[in-house]
Amino acid sequence: MRSPVAANPGPAPEATALPRLLGGLPSDGAPVGIREHLARWGTAPVGSAAADLVDQLSASGLAGHGGAWFPVGTKWRSIHHGRFSRPVVVANGAEGEPASSKDAFLLTRLPHLVLDGLSLAGAALQASQAVMYVPERRVRGVEAAIDSRRQLGLDPLEIQVRAAPDRFIAGQESSVVNVLNGRRDAVPSFIGIEPIRDRGANGRPTLVQNVETLAHVALIARFGPTWYRGLGTEASPGTMLATVTGRWSAPRVMEATLGMPVREILDLSPGEAGNYLGALLGGYGGGWITMSALMDLRLTEDAARRANSSLGAGVIALLPDTVCPLMETARVVSYMEEQAAGQCGPCIHGLAGLAEMTRALALRPAALAGGTQAILDVCDLVDGRGACRHPDGVTRFVRSALVVFSGDVANHLRGQPCPRTGAPGVLPCPRPVARNVVEAGRW
Amino acid sequence: MVKRQLTMVVDPIMCDGHGVCAELFPERVRMDPWGYPMVDSRDIPVQLREHAERAVGSCPRLALHLIERRQSSGRVDRKKKDLPS
Repeated sequence: MRSPVAANPGPAPEATALPRLLGGLPSDGAPVGIREHLARWGTAPVGSAAADLVDQLSASGLAGHGGAWFPVGTKWRSIHHGRFSRPVVVANGAEGEPASSKDAFLLTRLPHLVLDGLSLAGAALQASQAVMYVPERRVRGVEAAIDSRRQLGLDPLEIQVRAAPDRFIAGQESSVVNVLNGRRDAVPSFIGIEPIRDRGANGRPTLVQNVETLAHVALIARFGPTWYRGLGTEASPGTMLATVTGRWSAPRVMEATLGMPVREILDLSPGEAGNYLGALLGGYGGGWITMSALMDLRLTEDAARRANSSLGAGVIALLPDTVCPLMETARVVSYMEEQAAGQCGPCIHGLAGLAEMTRALALRPAALAGGTQAILDVCDLVDGRGACRHPDGVTRFVRSALVVFSGDVANHLRGQPCPRTGAPGVLPCPRPVARNVVEAGRW
Repeated sequence: MVKRQLTMVVDPIMCDGHGVCAELFPERVRMDPWGYPMVDSRDIPVQLREHAERAVGSCPRLALHLIERRQSSGRVDRKKKDLPS
């Protein structure tokens, strides 16, 4: 098993060598321009490979890296032409998850891999429209990258750029479609009756695919499924980008082999691991995990699920022992409540209740009537009852906190003053509500 | 004749918690503590269809739907059937 690599240039790709996506990155932090991109990878086989690309993707075992880990070949195959319409393909770079920065990394440093993937998707699905959906602050850079390709005629379909609103749920598939359809708020729709793949942007069949996934597509189209399977496991082949926070002074985007033990990514001695209370895996819709379970975890979605978490969008956030884990949990739940669309009654009331109760557990445990069972009861009531998966992510997050931090929970409920309650939070919650929770102070 | 399996779903965005469904179809719908319906997603047997369809047709927000479920895969068919026949 090779060590994960943060970002350094490499030679032409060997099937079993890391890095893949991050190969050829200039060490000075500059983006890879179209000339360097073509020199390293050659042109994407947009014309020739289009016909059997879906089969190749199925054979490669590539799964979606936006958080759902759904098989990409299956997803593409489900995009049918309407009788009077051709599909729309969308590269989703919204990355509403505050702890994740791998999509921003790709868009700023390696935009051409993503654009290749989008053009390949457009060709394979015979799309009539291709859209880059990226945060406002990334629009200009992405447009410049598209311009540089236009002169070379690399993209048969004109690629449009649309700004993703800056909110957690902006990347939900139906939120993306709503924004493309001219809605100002990036809020989800109820898709229980008719899936987005059948009726999306302008009523057309629509593929919404994460930007990292499309970058993998760009390489699979060039080198084939066997090459892709040269790394990773049989069930979880290939590599993934992860955002690791709390380990080094700044968050790091790394490329890791799927199936690799997480300890190899973190490079922590057992003593150093003792400086952390646990870790959040997957992001705010993922779950907390103990350090010992994390160190032994093999990096696959199946293994993460068995640990009651998820790889999600690839976040591994270590929680230092200087903070109160219940306070962190309360901050994130409050943030998630504030970030909800506010469309569905059970989510509105349920997340408000969970925010209130997790705050009480952190700050005023005597006020928590019913103890942790009351919290679990609300989780049960909320599960699966929103139009989107936002509330389900919050319940997984809360349940995992009660298990992983059960010692802290017991101490709080016994009324023992928590020495770390007033410590500043570490997980990013870029909204005022979450800051107010911290300012509520010690009890 | 193809056997159709119908199941009930609520569109949680449309639903305002009027409660008509729980009143008309308690066999499959009960209210949560906040006044929103919790819909049992099991198939609806023929003898309950009439109640189900009346509940669907009486929802003031048109938030309730009967959808067909393919027997083999458990997947939901995209055709909706949201008015009583």
